[in-house]
Amino acid sequence: MSFLKVENLTAFYGSSQALFGVDLSVDEGEVVALMGRNGMGKSTTVKAICRLIRSKGVLTLGGDNLHGLPSFKVARIGVGLVPEGRRCFADLTVRENLLAAAKSGPWTLSRVGELFPRLGERSEQRARSLSGGEQQMLAIGRALMTNPRLLILDEATEGLAPLMRQEIWDAIRHLKQETGVAILLIDKSVRELSAISDRAVILERGKTVWTGAIEDLTADVTAKYVGV
Amino acid sequence: MRIEERFVNATVLVGLLGVPLWALMIEEPFTITLATRAVILALAAVGLNVILGVGGLVSFGHAIFFGIGGYAMGILAFHAQTYSELDLGLFSTSGTNSMPVIWLVAMGFSAFSAFLIGLLTLRTSGVYFIMITLAFGQMFYYFAISWPSYGGEDGLSIYVRNDFPGLNTLVPFQFFALCFVILCVVLFIYARLQASPFGLALNSARQSRARAETVGLDPMRIRLLAFVISGAITGLAGALFADLNRFVSPTMFSWQLSGELIVLIIIGGVGRLMGPVIGACLFVALEHFLGGFTEFWHVFLGLILLAIVLFARGGVIGLLTGKEGAHV
Repeated sequence: MSFLKVENLTAFYGSSQALFGVDLSVDEGEVVALMGRNGMGKSTTVKAICRLIRSKGVLTLGGDNLHGLPSFKVARIGVGLVPEGRRCFADLTVRENLLAAAKSGPWTLSRVGELFPRLGERSEQRARSLSGGEQQMLAIGRALMTNPRLLILDEATEGLAPLMRQEIWDAIRHLKQETGVAILLIDKSVRELSAISDRAVILERGKTVWTGAIEDLTADVTAKYVGV
Repeated sequence: MRIEERFVNATVLVGLLGVPLWALMIEEPFTITLATRAVILALAAVGLNVILGVGGLVSFGHAIFFGIGGYAMGILAFHAQTYSELDLGLFSTSGTNSMPVIWLVAMGFSAFSAFLIGLLTLRTSGVYFIMITLAFGQMFYYFAISWPSYGGEDGLSIYVRNDFPGLNTLVPFQFFALCFVILCVVLFIYARLQASPFGLALNSARQSRARAETVGLDPMRIRLLAFVISGAITGLAGALFADLNRFVSPTMFSWQLSGELIVLIIIGGVGRLMGPVIGACLFVALEHFLGGFTEFWHVFLGLILLAIVLFARGGVIGLLTGKEGAHV
């Protein structure tokens, strides 16, 4: 049985329907890439999973129904979100950002510092004074401090310099190999997604149009649905 | 030149203690009373600073808790001095002149009221929160006016200051020292609370409710607890204020008082440890010195507020130490 199970998910922004039937699943320890062109519903799917918007359909994590739960409870039962655009707590220091989210478990301040040494060096610096890449590391570190069972990264490398992107990809690779946490990844880099993911799910107009192993993701499919 | 915030904080506390000590030496008890008034207003504003400075919620009804604290003192002391029973429906009890008991009652009722009011008001934010807290404040104000048993519009006078074991609270400096120690204890609690996981969670919820929820924080619960703590501290200040004046009246519930508490914090520095203390000292000093020249001294206070909002958004502390710590 899948750890995260999403079936026929529909979601709404007010009265406007944004998702029309998303199906996806993530097994424990698996990395799944959620792909699609801009505006096809990837971030909306993430928001629906985190219960930030109203949705219908099957939505379970480890067998627990997520419908009816407020978003903070979804986070508490193990969904760690790295939102699009980083969105750290700008007025708090790096250390405070991490402590604010801390839940008991294997991820601690020092372990996040080992994963991202830059954060350790800047622990007393306010988040708003960090570079974009450092803020992204902080957003990932903050999500890890909730000790998630499923980590969702929405456009984690968007707008970053190549060196920073590489550091972020290295960290995600480390998480996959060393921790076994389930990961749902959204990114524009098909090359990187293909290198790290086990499976891919492609959305088109708010609906799942392709699901399969990453090895089966052909150039034709990506050209047709992802525009690469 | 920027000054270390810790140095500014220490200087403010030493100054606040030094002025009444000097007044004691030159036998000027009125100055000690002024300093006591500043300390008590600072205490009330520190309470508000929990929810306003750390939590980012502009409560325009915090005088509710100040008034509840004041009336808790007034009612208990009134029944003690008239040897009458306080009828609470299910049972009746006598009043008391014991300050620790009065403080506990004042804080308990203020905290309970904050809990009930918070349950209803904290579902809103921004201007709606301001308006709904103002509305609650007005409800309490008009209730106090129409409560003839305890003086109604005229208020209630208490002839003797309440007792604290080992002190003669009628001696101005001893009462000042008691209030000053309470202020220091509350400032210590505030500093610890601000840096604690709870304080960080409250700060996170201030910055973004949705973002806080995605890391597993329950903003409603966190804000409610902060509102209760805030109300209890302001209630304690209300009890001390009533004891200082030996008088309680509905003006302790007035929206003007709620506004003044907000002004104190903005002048001193929102979310800064000593912001409310500096604001209260400046407020009392202006009230005393300028109030002697003109009854329109609030105009000058308004000008200072205007200058701070326009040019020093971190308040006086921000001006001296840099804006970095300001939560505005």
